[in-house]
Amino acid sequence: MSINTLNPDNWVDQYADYLFNYAVSRVSDAEIAKDLVQDTFIAGLKSAKNFKGDAAERTWLVAILKRKVIDYYRKMNSNKGKAEVRMSYSSQTDAEGDWLEEKVADPNSLLENDFLENEELGTAIHDCIDKLPKKQALVFKMKTIQGISTDDICNELNINPSNLWVMIHRSRSALMDCLNQNWFSI
Amino acid sequence: MIFCEKAARICDKAQYNEASFFEVLLLKFHLTMCKACTKHSKKNGQLTSLCTNAKLHALSEAEKNNLKEKLKESL
Repeated sequence: MSINTLNPDNWVDQYADYLFNYAVSRVSDAEIAKDLVQDTFIAGLKSAKNFKGDAAERTWLVAILKRKVIDYYRKMNSNKGKAEVRMSYSSQTDAEGDWLEEKVADPNSLLENDFLENEELGTAIHDCIDKLPKKQALVFKMKTIQGISTDDICNELNINPSNLWVMIHRSRSALMDCLNQNWFSI
Repeated sequence: MIFCEKAARICDKAQYNEASFFEVLLLKFHLTMCKACTKHSKKNGQLTSLCTNAKLHALSEAEKNNLKEKLKESL
């Protein structure tokens, strides 16, 4: 087995998106998630000498991030005042029906699984994006995830539109194959 | 008659709502007689819906550079 090593210089490029995605799905606030990712990298740098090389770099960083997320919730709940349960009875005062009835979980609802499933799906997609060539991954992320317009991407990366569509096409084809293996076959 | 390559390009554009009405028409027409493209276009649509369902997040380049600088400072 090859021993894993740490390359902190590449951390941001390689893992920032993955970790950010992981954090956002847990704290559901982009700003806080960004801070957590930053804290994770800093903590990683500080304890780099304790890295034994048993786990892959990313696994190790995710483990740190997990602790950071837990710490965040702990801190949030440490003040008694913040720990109290807040319930919004009804934002629409003229809403009809019994509010208690509306709060009861619907036993037939499948929506609860959606969150878990989507989270796994996000991880699967990010895994597949990581396998793409760097430039294709960048273009795909800009276009699909950040939703930047074609013109803006072309200006920023100095490519022409047909170039961009070729890269999008290649990355989409590769992602379809990858997800076919990793997502639909499970 | 458009060829499959062009159909694939329009199909990709359509995933980002950037295909013109005329292009979509051409694509639909091509799909009626090309099995391979129909399959591809279906899969392409699936990928788009997967990506929207997953609610993916990513950091922009500026944010990443910001992050890099902060890491350097902390060293």
